[in-house]
Amino acid sequence: MRRDASPFIRFWREFAENRLALVALGVVILVVGAAVLAPLFTPQDPYDIGKLVLGDARRPPGHVGSGGYVHLLGTDAQGRDLWSAILYGLRISIQIGLTAGAVAFIVGGSLGAVAAFAGGRIEALIMRFIDLQLSFPAILLALVISAILGQGKWQLTAALVASQYAYFARTAHGAAVAERSKEYIEAALSTPLSSRVVIFRHILPNCMPPLIVVATVQVANAIALEATLSFLGMGLPVTHPSLGMLISNGFQYMLSGRYWISIYPGIALIVLILAINLVGDQIRDQLNPRLQR
Amino acid sequence: MLGFLIQRLLQAAAVMVVISVLVFCGVFAIGNPIDVLISPDATQEIRLDTIRRYGFDQPLWRQYLNFANTLIHGDFGRSFVFNMPVLDLILSRLPATLELTLAAVIGATVLGVPLGMYAGYRPNAAGSRAIMGLSVLGFSVPTFWVGLLLIMFFAVELQWLPAGGRGDTVEVFGIQWSVLTWNGWSHLALPALTLSLFRMALMIRMARAGMREAMLSDYVRFARAQGLSDGKVIFGHVLKNISIPLVTIFGLELAATLAFAVVTETIFSWPGLGKLIIDSIQSLDRPVMVAYLMLVAFLFIMINFAVDVAYAALDPRVRSGHA
Amino acid sequence: MTAALDVRGLKTHFFTRGGVVKAVDGVDLSIQRGRVLGLVGESGSGKSVTGLSILGLIDLPGRIVEGSVRLDGQELVGLDRDAARRVRGRKIAMIFQDPMMTLNPVLRVGTQMSMALRAHEAISSDTVRQRSLAALGTVGLPAPEQCLAAYPHQLSGGMRQRVAIAIALLHSPSVIVADEPTTALDVSIQSQILQEMQRLCDQTGVALVWITHDLAVVSSLAHDIAVMYAGRIVESGPAEDVLAEPRHPYTRGLLDSVPGEAKPGEKLAQIPGSIPALIDLPPGCAFRARCGRADRACETMPEIVDLGGNRSARCVHPLEAA
Repeated sequence: MRRDASPFIRFWREFAENRLALVALGVVILVVGAAVLAPLFTPQDPYDIGKLVLGDARRPPGHVGSGGYVHLLGTDAQGRDLWSAILYGLRISIQIGLTAGAVAFIVGGSLGAVAAFAGGRIEALIMRFIDLQLSFPAILLALVISAILGQGKWQLTAALVASQYAYFARTAHGAAVAERSKEYIEAALSTPLSSRVVIFRHILPNCMPPLIVVATVQVANAIALEATLSFLGMGLPVTHPSLGMLISNGFQYMLSGRYWISIYPGIALIVLILAINLVGDQIRDQLNPRLQR
Repeated sequence: MLGFLIQRLLQAAAVMVVISVLVFCGVFAIGNPIDVLISPDATQEIRLDTIRRYGFDQPLWRQYLNFANTLIHGDFGRSFVFNMPVLDLILSRLPATLELTLAAVIGATVLGVPLGMYAGYRPNAAGSRAIMGLSVLGFSVPTFWVGLLLIMFFAVELQWLPAGGRGDTVEVFGIQWSVLTWNGWSHLALPALTLSLFRMALMIRMARAGMREAMLSDYVRFARAQGLSDGKVIFGHVLKNISIPLVTIFGLELAATLAFAVVTETIFSWPGLGKLIIDSIQSLDRPVMVAYLMLVAFLFIMINFAVDVAYAALDPRVRSGHA
Repeated sequence: MTAALDVRGLKTHFFTRGGVVKAVDGVDLSIQRGRVLGLVGESGSGKSVTGLSILGLIDLPGRIVEGSVRLDGQELVGLDRDAARRVRGRKIAMIFQDPMMTLNPVLRVGTQMSMALRAHEAISSDTVRQRSLAALGTVGLPAPEQCLAAYPHQLSGGMRQRVAIAIALLHSPSVIVADEPTTALDVSIQSQILQEMQRLCDQTGVALVWITHDLAVVSSLAHDIAVMYAGRIVESGPAEDVLAEPRHPYTRGLLDSVPGEAKPGEKLAQIPGSIPALIDLPPGCAFRARCGRADRACETMPEIVDLGGNRSARCVHPLEAA
């Protein structure tokens, strides 16, 4: 391996050596791209209730519906084209997963760093609370909070953030405590920089690697959690079916052999989560100093 | 040791009080129970009477104190929906959930730990790669979807196993158990498998990571230099070392699985606590929600406590306060 | 008389993604019973890998590619796994640097000794106990009984290293390879352990390969010295002679950089540069980039030159004898 390249290039080269991770990254980009550009690839807007024809409901893959086009993956119980519904569902899943992950990252990361930096009672108070929350299963927390907040995209995102920020906070706290004791922070503090500058310019950037690893895992988790909540009927409104809800709606028809309504959205969901996890795994291995040769 | 125990118990009690406040306030914000309790065509008189009877006219803090007061006497109130004491309701559902959870976590550990240890011992072998592939898959596939697939495959297509319900149970010590009948086992198999896949993936990872680190450690090198065979190195030296973090994981997993059973129980119509809580959220049955959440918190705290004790028993460094 | 340990042309290479690391690249060593050989070198010189290779403890991606290791005349290279295992710990033992890490933290000393004993002999618990106590007594531990029941963290660093030595002695091996066993210890403890080792070699006739970077330790303990640099032995001979009158420029440099040799206030000598990476080592003498005497002749690998008096050096331009 060449030593002269920038750290980022070197990181990328090492990443590219794992072909599986590379393929997974390609899949993530492909799925995200397809979801963002969903209107271009889909014959139908699944959220436009006026265009749904009940006569097209529960048709198997390959059926040519009243719209005159082929339903590649069949239709659901409301007569939605499943292919369209899946791409739009992915759109919602990714949007919610990324938003929840990003907000949890910022809130949790800052909270952990502030706790580590403040020390004393404030640190004890914050971290006790975080520990308390972490000892409580995320799914239950998300369930209760989304029950409190009611249905809707933003309510769901808020529930996910509330149940996930604690992971970021703990990670940031651990990393920041390790950073805090290093000499360069003491050096920075002995200059007349405000503590805010020290936290955001010095401590946080050095806590990034572990936080990035947590972030990939948590985005995947947020997507899975969203699907789970939707499956339990606690997530999004029925008019905007996310992947979880498509699966949930198809469940009752599965026993009568109409497998496609549940199976295809499930496969889309798994491919996305699996790909994110594989990418995250590789990043974690690369950032783990203990496994470095 | 006694001081340690007392300190931990006091801490646990304080945490429970905090949780009771949080849970009570949280649940208070969910829906309006009056809509559930009172039929829309009831007279104004009945409405006011009911509101007063349940204390809904009082401020939140007073409602909490009333709740706490009855709670101290072991009374969680009555379910709005089932119209029976919440405690009885929960205790009648608890065994089913415990049975499912234990089956899942024990299964995940018994299978996952050896697989993970092998993958850590021979990280580059084809078998290890397959194991790790399975573990990533187990991590990524949402529990509810696994359940659906299993139902479709084993219950609908092959018709080997039932798609839901608990099946025949046998009463022992006044509690119904399904592990004691063949029919019960057949009902338990699919939900337990569903619930255990994610846990197994986690166990594999933890065991593998522990094994890899241990195999590179100096004490393993020294043990090998003494001429110990790999088997003796692993089972004599490494196992006890890596079992320390694994016991922690086992405990925490037991608790987390108890909570995750919510999803599995819904899919398989398993008559446990998880199904009860989902039903209560949907029917705004506040007393059941509060009691359930507090029970889960209580179990969490007790399990954490048990993990700490097990930790001390396994690690001589912690035992003598050297950690 | 056959040497207790005789290493010829040993090569251990690591096949990594970045290329082949020739950690040990043609090492010859020989040691008689009851003698102490000091294997000296900087970190990265391949001395530890040499020790591990002798015991057959090299893991993938490394392996012994060439050479021979004879223990009391028995060839060890190429033995199958089980045969190699039966030699380890019984005929040849090894102790390591950090006594904190080499004992298993969660097992009692007695348990660890019992496993070491039973790895090679099927013996009763009573015998295990007697022999463990005897071994602990041999290394000068004051209360063997308590020690047997203790966990490693309950013992001091020096005591832990004595326990490790006792474990190494359990089967009365012909050779012990000691990889910097005193480096992590306090200086006073260090000298106690050194004396103990000296006494053990005299009494039991065990041959000791003492791997270290510390010339002071070697001078007080070793009969012979082999200086290692970049995977090869560059100079060897009787300890007194080599230390008094080094012939290889690298040995000279090492000796000059020992603080004890300098007068107060005088600037310490140092070897310019650092040890080269062992990947893609250029041909020729590995030391030539740092050597004041190097010239074109050093661009081909120098052969080992016999300098008489049991001494030899791998150098085209050895320092003159005084």
